[in-house]
Amino acid sequence: MTREEIKTELLSIIDPYIDEKEVTTNVSEQSDLINDLNINSAHLVDIVLDIEDKFDIMIEDDFIGKMDTVGNALDIIQEKLEG
Amino acid sequence: MSQKKRVVITGLGVVAPNGLNINEFETALRSGTSGIRKWEGLEELNFKCQIGGRPAITQEYKDEHLPQFIAKKLRNNAVIYACLSGLEAWKDSGLQLDSNQQRRSGIIFGSGAMALDEFIGANIDMLNQGQHRKVGSRSVPESMSSGAAAFLNGILGLQGRILSNSSACITGSEAILQGFEMIQSGKMDRMLCGSTEGDGQYIWGGFDAMRVLCSDANDNPTYGSRPMSASSSGFVPSGGSGALVLESLEIAQARGAEIYAEILGGEVNSGGQQNGGSMTAQNPEAVVDCIKTTMNNAGIKSTEIDLISGHLTSTKGDPYEIKNWSNALGLSKEEMPYINSTKSMIGHCVAGAGSIELVAGVLQLSKSFIHPNLNLEEIHPDILGIVDQKKIPKATIEKDINIILKANFGFGDLNCCIALKKFDN
Repeated sequence: MTREEIKTELLSIIDPYIDEKEVTTNVSEQSDLINDLNINSAHLVDIVLDIEDKFDIMIEDDFIGKMDTVGNALDIIQEKLEG
Repeated sequence: MSQKKRVVITGLGVVAPNGLNINEFETALRSGTSGIRKWEGLEELNFKCQIGGRPAITQEYKDEHLPQFIAKKLRNNAVIYACLSGLEAWKDSGLQLDSNQQRRSGIIFGSGAMALDEFIGANIDMLNQGQHRKVGSRSVPESMSSGAAAFLNGILGLQGRILSNSSACITGSEAILQGFEMIQSGKMDRMLCGSTEGDGQYIWGGFDAMRVLCSDANDNPTYGSRPMSASSSGFVPSGGSGALVLESLEIAQARGAEIYAEILGGEVNSGGQQNGGSMTAQNPEAVVDCIKTTMNNAGIKSTEIDLISGHLTSTKGDPYEIKNWSNALGLSKEEMPYINSTKSMIGHCVAGAGSIELVAGVLQLSKSFIHPNLNLEEIHPDILGIVDQKKIPKATIEKDINIILKANFGFGDLNCCIALKKFDN
């Protein structure tokens, strides 16, 4: 999967956790999940579970804290897919 | 001392087995449409009762009517029903969703076996398999007793009192009575009141084990719920939610709200689980006291009552309930008012019952009709000795009615009664 394909999948996962529908259309790799996209921090664990299901990977708890921006989340998913 | 405030109903919402909103529900009540169906899966699980009432909510319906997080991610039917009915009631009353700073508006939304909705099955499996991390964050608010009110207020943003009662089958009517009292006393101006119950084998298994569910209509589901019948054999379980917006009369009139009805008063009490009362049966003296006190609080005489909306679950207890009504009202057989039971169409929504049935009562008052009792080919002989059969309608009666007495009775020997009146300024 290309990084762009992964990003498309990731945004569709994040989408239901965001109140304002339009936010996902202006998401960059620098967008912070909590501060920019207004995702409730409690929902980060749910997004991780959704990512695991979608990409059939396992993301250990240590990585969850590092998934602060869209770009960092993509790095982690890519690393797991290649690993 | 400040005067007691008059309290009116300005918004209605409902999710019932025979109607997903107020319009559908009113149509179903008028036409006598049952929402009871064969429940897939219960036969394989060895249930004696294999029928139930489930609101026919689809994913498309949720997407259309709920914020997308709730529509796409929540799984607990009790929460979903509550959000749908609560939101409908709020919008129906003409209130906006962006009304911040509502310091004097609140919510009372009750529930029964909140965490035993079907959704819990997958979570329990994961917990038992050592996979608890997979239940995710939503399992907490979706299973807490205050979950319905919490998710609902995530949408509405009210800043007054937000609470969640739980009192078995009186939960719904108790929520409305508590909201009424908060407004009457001047503590709050506006309360969204209601209750909800999910559905499925985890809630119903215990009732089936108690042998209180209907087991003789698995091949004829709509015939299962037949309150007041000579052949009533147990209640039909169901899920759903009702919601009502209550406001002080002055607040409602100041914003030009449409008023459905006025709440005159009510009472909630317990029989103390003595003198015939127990966990599962009502102390008859306490029931009579609850109804009499309601009439007293409401300032009405029994001859003024046009309709009794009973608890009447389709069990052997129905004739006892009618006897209690008769004793409380002190009326002869000929003088007894009309009696109906919404459960003949929707089954028993347990904690959701009271609020859904109050919505039915308000609709009958404001739209001038009395809905039929289904499956009453043969009324129980003990009931016929107390009430003229003309007063137990089998078909819809189009009629102007002025006062309804609504009651629910619940496990723990709990009673709740409310008097509703057509609004008259």
